[in-house]
Amino acid sequence: MFIAVCAVLAACEPSPRSTVVHPVDAVPEVLSEWRVVFADGDRFRLNDRVVPYDLNTPLFSDYALKLRTIWLPDGGAAVYNDSRELDFPIGTIISKTFHYEKSAQWSEHRFAVVKADRESSLNASGHLDLNDYVLVETRLLVRYESGWQAFPYVWNATQDEAFLEVAGEQINIELVDALGSETIAYIVPDTNQCGGCHTPDHSSRQLRPLGPKAWQLNREYSWWGDPVSQLHHWVATGLLQPFDSTPPRGSRWSEPGDDSLEQRAKAYLDSNCAHCHNAAGAADTSALHLDIGAAVDRHYGVCKTPVAVGRGSGDRPYDIYPGRPDDSILVYRMQHSDPAIAMPELGRGSVHVEGVRLIRDWVSGMNGEC
Amino acid sequence: MRIVKIIGITLAAGTTLAACEKDAAPVTVPSDYQKELQTQLITAKAGDVITIPAGVHSINRGLSLDVSGVTIRGAGMDESILSFKGQIQGAEGLLVTASDFTIEDLAIEDTAGDGLKINEGRNIVIRRVRTEWTNGPDEKNGAYGIYPVQTENVLLEESIAIAASDAGIYVGQSRNVIVRNNRVERNVAGIEIENTFSADVYGNVANENTGGILVFNMPDLPQPGHSTRVFQNTVIGNNTDNFGAEGTPVASVPAGSGIVINSNDKVEIFDNDIADNDTANIIISSYYATGFQGTRAVVANYDPYPETIYIYNNRLSGGGSSPDGLDLKALRIALFGLGGSLPDILWDGFVNTDKLDAQGNHLAEYAICVDNGDAEILNADLPNGSSDIVIGAAQHQCRHEKLPAVVLAAPLG
Repeated sequence: MFIAVCAVLAACEPSPRSTVVHPVDAVPEVLSEWRVVFADGDRFRLNDRVVPYDLNTPLFSDYALKLRTIWLPDGGAAVYNDSRELDFPIGTIISKTFHYEKSAQWSEHRFAVVKADRESSLNASGHLDLNDYVLVETRLLVRYESGWQAFPYVWNATQDEAFLEVAGEQINIELVDALGSETIAYIVPDTNQCGGCHTPDHSSRQLRPLGPKAWQLNREYSWWGDPVSQLHHWVATGLLQPFDSTPPRGSRWSEPGDDSLEQRAKAYLDSNCAHCHNAAGAADTSALHLDIGAAVDRHYGVCKTPVAVGRGSGDRPYDIYPGRPDDSILVYRMQHSDPAIAMPELGRGSVHVEGVRLIRDWVSGMNGEC
Repeated sequence: MRIVKIIGITLAAGTTLAACEKDAAPVTVPSDYQKELQTQLITAKAGDVITIPAGVHSINRGLSLDVSGVTIRGAGMDESILSFKGQIQGAEGLLVTASDFTIEDLAIEDTAGDGLKINEGRNIVIRRVRTEWTNGPDEKNGAYGIYPVQTENVLLEESIAIAASDAGIYVGQSRNVIVRNNRVERNVAGIEIENTFSADVYGNVANENTGGILVFNMPDLPQPGHSTRVFQNTVIGNNTDNFGAEGTPVASVPAGSGIVINSNDKVEIFDNDIADNDTANIIISSYYATGFQGTRAVVANYDPYPETIYIYNNRLSGGGSSPDGLDLKALRIALFGLGGSLPDILWDGFVNTDKLDAQGNHLAEYAICVDNGDAEILNADLPNGSSDIVIGAAQHQCRHEKLPAVVLAAPLG
């Protein structure tokens, strides 16, 4: 493990200098000391050897754009796994920077941003131009010997530093689209809430990354050049040890492509729900399991009556009522942002209209009776 | 239209819900104290006592604790109040995912969802905690007041739960639990013990709920429950209209229910004061009678029949005079006249035919035994369309071996 000796030297020499893994009991107050990502008020950029990546079907978080990166210590390589997240070496740092595109209404006093469902992308020179984008927060997941730890950093108004906020933050933002605007409370999770999602095995109490699984990474990504297969690129550049098996299909929730409606719906429900709704998750109390490998049966919600749903039932009888989205609790909870009703519980100050449409379409087309 | 069903009897409750309710709560601003408390919870170490000072503290997002060995202590249920009015985030007020946890002497008010939820943990003490929706019964209130689930070795005492839209106190999928000397009122369910092994529920006052004390087993869950003793409680006048959302198990509970056993086994009800519950002082029913199971078979290992039930030495009075549900109302008048009342105990009559003797009665081991003075039981014979309703106690004169008292293990024992 590295020690943060470079703080002393930082002033003498311009970046980039190597990324630093700070000890778990000496986590810096400012993001820049990790030397993973930087911003200077004009541009947001990545340090050398910090590799951006993208997922097929990411978690929805109030329409925020997300830039994901991974950095592995020298000589370290992840080990492939078909179903769980890849096994990353000690010292790995994963970052996720939440940002928005500024809307035409944006001003210094008006946090008005574009409500659009799209992927984040660096420009041709590998930067984000902060004239066009506003940074909200960068979350780090760091692999220590004792396991993963999560650290939320919130960007300042001048967009040149982000500060550790273990208690999270509330930022009231305006989401603007062609239909108008809505003001929501964007919530930076506190570090406990990081565990609310990143503990897919609830009894273990161990944090884990959720995104970098083979099916999520199995796609093309283009940065500074032609599109390349992410997994192959990771192997070619030494991030990932070579592996023999054929990676599972990378279902994209948002694009029909070769995926069936059910494959897309299952991909979406996996990313958005299965961190709690799996057989070992925090929501195993409900016996509703939405992981991508689960069969679409009663435990997947089909004709399943709820257990402790409260007002989240919306006076509807079943989680999924085939052919009847308006009688399905799953759809109801996605359609609402009231915290007593909304699912998922975090990152849902707004309703994910496109996600709701996907699940509605899928349920509408299902056959069978309850 | 919301439909409330009880033991096959349907009542149109007359509540129309708009197809899509308005969500947009005004965006509230967090208090300085909120961040201080959050930080205390996040950075807590085993052995810490987090003190909630007296006063009303506004909190607008869910709090959570995931460190074992922590105590949260206020200055009293009416002194230290965490008010979640205007909560914008979090499915509960305080979520605890930790063991060796004690919370005492404070109130959690007006949460958007549940008040206090404890998800997976051992050695849990909840003492003199009040959860309340201060506007009174309302279907928009949060579901559960005090909600330990998948917990083990739990003491929940001297607490108060008011106006939850599901259960004031809800113990789910747990084992070795004592719920005593609490006061629960104007909830849909006062106290609900669900899919839990070995629970003692005593010394509680459960008045003015829709149903006073419920002992349920629901299907599809990892853990079925059994062995619950309900004794020395006061369960009076639980006649509040059912304001729970349909689709929830409690939506099937008729207003006027004292103690309800649904699909659970080895339940003992004794030495309680149960009075003036207008549908019935005691109801015994099966999952098949709740009306929301659909036509698909429940999972194979689920037992939907209430069995090995033992009711004795309760003080029963009033009750059954104005049951909830048109068919029950008609039944009351047909059988007992305009001024008459249903018997103290209602049973839907569903039985597992594999557990019957040659006469069609329960084998002794599984019987519903009533040894309670002149209390009568009405078998509504729902499996046969109520063609053979039986009233009396003769077929239920039996006794079971009494269940052992729950003994809390160290360090609580």
